[in-house]
Amino acid sequence: MFRRRAQSDPGLPPVSIRFEGRTIAATGGETLAAALLAAGEEVFRASPVSGAPRGPFCLMGACFECLVEIDGMPGQQACMTIVRDGMDIRRDRIVEGEE
Amino acid sequence: MRPETVIIVGAGPAGIRAAMVLAEHGIRPVVLDEAPMSGGQIFRRQPQGFTRSYAKLYGYEARRAEALHTAFDALGPRIDYRPGALVWNVEGRRLQVLRDGVNETLAFDRLLFATGAMDRVIPFPGWTTPGVYTLGGAQVALKHQACAIGRRVVFFGSSPLLPLVALQYAAAGVAVAGVFDTTPRRAKIAALPGVLAGGTTGLKGLSYLARLALKGIRYHHGITPVAAIGDRTVTGFAYLDAGGRQHETACDAVAFGYGIKSEWQLADLAGCRFAFDADTHQWRVETDAEGRSSVEGIYLAGDGARIAGADVAAETGERAARAILADTGGPDQGAALSTIARRLARHAGLRQAIDRAFPFPAHLAREIPDDCILCRCEAVRAGEFRAAIAALGPDEVNRAKAFSRVGMGRCQGRVCGPAAAEILATELGRPVSEAGRLRSQPPVKPIPIAAFQESKGDAA
Repeated sequence: MFRRRAQSDPGLPPVSIRFEGRTIAATGGETLAAALLAAGEEVFRASPVSGAPRGPFCLMGACFECLVEIDGMPGQQACMTIVRDGMDIRRDRIVEGEE
Repeated sequence: MRPETVIIVGAGPAGIRAAMVLAEHGIRPVVLDEAPMSGGQIFRRQPQGFTRSYAKLYGYEARRAEALHTAFDALGPRIDYRPGALVWNVEGRRLQVLRDGVNETLAFDRLLFATGAMDRVIPFPGWTTPGVYTLGGAQVALKHQACAIGRRVVFFGSSPLLPLVALQYAAAGVAVAGVFDTTPRRAKIAALPGVLAGGTTGLKGLSYLARLALKGIRYHHGITPVAAIGDRTVTGFAYLDAGGRQHETACDAVAFGYGIKSEWQLADLAGCRFAFDADTHQWRVETDAEGRSSVEGIYLAGDGARIAGADVAAETGERAARAILADTGGPDQGAALSTIARRLARHAGLRQAIDRAFPFPAHLAREIPDDCILCRCEAVRAGEFRAAIAALGPDEVNRAKAFSRVGMGRCQGRVCGPAAAEILATELGRPVSEAGRLRSQPPVKPIPIAAFQESKGDAA
């Protein structure tokens, strides 16, 4: 399971986000992928084809496995997004053929 | 002569050095980078506000990382730096760029691709389970986000990143369940003279192995991955040892990779000619000795041109910038270019030794079990891919993709492409260099349709 190595920097603002309705404490400056993973959320979506659970894989914007819905906008790369206070995140629900 | 517009795509070691050289000569390049912070993947910067020291973040590379970041910051207004900019298409002399949700068309006269690389992987059973990451991803988590991918981590593959990332995790206090190299010990020994001849860089690589051993971490040679075990999360890793006996080790995360592969999709859209590079076992954009592609006015540098690491990337970045200066009527660059050529020649021997010490194990791709997912995006199994090849007879990868959907998903085959090509080549009974190359499609990464509702730029 993913976890933070360092204590938050004192200069960084604490940030509060929501994932599937659950409130998660994050640190300003970190990526959404890191924030969710560190909160124990490894499954970001279901494969639109097979329904199997999927989570971040490359963490550098190339594999598109970490897609989530942010504030109603689907298909966002969690590993390339910096957390913002109040972000409302849901598992990506795009299914094949809807794009 | 009207001033030329020079655009650099990528702000890693190659793009930064190129920008520095151009700025020194009075050219103000536009530097477009997809990431929110400069530095590229290897010298990825920590987020604003994080205050970890360079020594802690980059270890051995601390001085180089700091020098790169300082030099980039010192450029200030002498470059037109635009982070968070996704270049998604090249049409003639224009780029399509998405930034902050707004699409823009940018015209250029000269264009330098310093687009870097990503992990090269070979699918194995269980690789889509959450908790399985690429080696590069594991490193990004640690360096950029100060996070570990797990509490007890397995590292495997065939890559110079393998001992390095394992050691970085161990140094950060994470339990390393083991380091499992698919390359047989005899291949490592054969590469040793070349590594030793590589001077301090070669010795540094060997010191990683020594330090792993000192920490009591076992480095296994010649293994074959069997599976990542677990349903919704990883609980173990099964492998065959060099003698063919199966073992299982408990872990809560796996990082794996087989070297890195160039990100050249944009150069493909620009119409650049490609060649198969036997040493790194992958396609690369053809360039002349100074980084010029087959398309006039388009240049390449860094790992996006040929995989050779950060030091070489900076050199080739400078080289391409000097080629641009020479081609735009600037002062003669002959002396500077020969100096770079000499420095690059010194790297060449070590690079060859590294390619030999960590070869791409194509046989693992050929032997992917039928029930293993090959294409993550489209959830196509290796057996379905083989069946499509047998039934429909594609003679190259693009037709195989059309028949099977392998490589048709969001990642455009970046992840599964190398393994799919090996499988197709095997079915065709040809070397992989004769199985074709997956063509890139615009947009090179998915973009929201909403981006076009607000458009600006000279051709929009």
